[in-house]
Amino acid sequence: MEPTWVFIGVFFLLAPILAAAPIVIGHYLGPHKPNPIKNDVYECGLKTVGDAWVRFKVQYYLFALVFLIFDVELVFLYPWAVAYDMLPTFAVLEGLLFIIMLLAALVYAWKREALDWYD
Amino acid sequence: MSFLQNPAVIVEWLYNLLVGWGLSPALTQVVLYVLGALALATGPLLWVIFLIWFERKAVARIQDRLGPNRVGPYGLLQPFADVLKLLTKEDIIPAKADKFLYWMAPILALAGVILLWPAIPLGKGVSGNVNVGVLYLVAVGTLSTFAILVAGWSANNKYALLGAFRTVAQMISYEVPIVLSLLVPVLLARSMNLQDIVAAQDVWFVVAAPLAALIFFVASIAEVGRTPFDLLEAESEIIAGFHIEYSGMKFAMFFAGEFLHAFTVGVLGAVLFFGGWRGPGAEAYPILGLFYLWLKAFILYFVIVWVRGTFPRIRIDHLLDFTWKFLTPIALVVLMVTAVLDKVLLPMGTGVRALGLLVANGLIWLVVQRWLQRLEKRLEPPLVAQPGQYPVARYTPEAHAADGD
Repeated sequence: MEPTWVFIGVFFLLAPILAAAPIVIGHYLGPHKPNPIKNDVYECGLKTVGDAWVRFKVQYYLFALVFLIFDVELVFLYPWAVAYDMLPTFAVLEGLLFIIMLLAALVYAWKREALDWYD
Repeated sequence: MSFLQNPAVIVEWLYNLLVGWGLSPALTQVVLYVLGALALATGPLLWVIFLIWFERKAVARIQDRLGPNRVGPYGLLQPFADVLKLLTKEDIIPAKADKFLYWMAPILALAGVILLWPAIPLGKGVSGNVNVGVLYLVAVGTLSTFAILVAGWSANNKYALLGAFRTVAQMISYEVPIVLSLLVPVLLARSMNLQDIVAAQDVWFVVAAPLAALIFFVASIAEVGRTPFDLLEAESEIIAGFHIEYSGMKFAMFFAGEFLHAFTVGVLGAVLFFGGWRGPGAEAYPILGLFYLWLKAFILYFVIVWVRGTFPRIRIDHLLDFTWKFLTPIALVVLMVTAVLDKVLLPMGTGVRALGLLVANGLIWLVVQRWLQRLEKRLEPPLVAQPGQYPVARYTPEAHAADGD
């Protein structure tokens, strides 16, 4: 294992502790006088109707699908970019073809109106 | 004063000291890692306190106000007063909230930003030697998105939920141009290691890839959720969005995270496109490199604050159109052009390569401009109020003529 990754591992343990410390300190320093009205949901002073944990129309699910395709495929381009010097012309063209296919997918999603935000 | 030229001396000295005290070498290494991580993580956290003051002051100046000016000289001690106040505020936990997630969200929001720092090179050979650095940044950079989603969900508040939903739509959309534009410096440097990327910038990458730099910068501002793109907390629409139910120190952690993230975007921009720690004398004295990096990052951060102070918030459909129908196609084209030209121009030397890429970027920009102009012509005429007309009607030459003027 590379030492850098040990360092980052230490960081992963340390960062949440550093972020949590002020919150915990604040939790014990502040007063504690809870009452039902204070702990109620704050929605501009109106009486809350029902839960927020309901079935909700996620308008952006098509964006999410397009994003998923793009992000997963773009990660494949990173090794291509790193090894660019060693690539023969054919591999370079292959990479370009890959990007053009991504562009075509984008145009397709665009024309099918998957990238439009509806109410 | 040899540590000015080689900071590794300090580490060596500490190592020998601790081993001299009787610690085993393996344990000493772990202790050194913990100390290093502590230094690297607390540095930015303390720096945030100054950033808060700076941003309030700068935005106040833009809005023709004075900003904080009571506590300490120039109001410099204001953030400390704020921290003290927030520390002693009551920690309200809504009765209906999901307690565990409600606690985790602010921690994740700040930790996700701090975790970006070990991949950043602070000087020649100082930190940031992660072999998949850029991928690491992309992976860890999305943690704060989770924090916002978790916050919005756990609060059990409809406004918070709406804010969280908007955030996810925004973040996933702007992730694509960021990943695409990050590919360009990786391609130019032939490495994902940020130290290598900095070392490859004999000519700053902003010269060879100005469009990629611009796309990265704009998309990153959106990723942080700062003002032109701050739909996640739009005060006038959904009160405060995801952090509506948060108070005291938990609220402060979200904002420390946001401010630090904005500065970190500046640092990343400096590292990837503006030569990182490079500058006169930085090779010999790493401390100077740290100063150059800080200076470049701070200038970029100032631009972010400037943008925040001067742009109005954009609408959600415009926001998504902007990334999917503008930034992403351009980024794809820029990537292709850079890849082809780089293969052709590389044998001709660094200067020619940078210049060629610059010209290519300029040409792409001209084409984009023409495209935008043609789009503009096809759009509906703008809403213009006519004399004697109320409410505002759509302007058409015919109606204008019928009015008799």
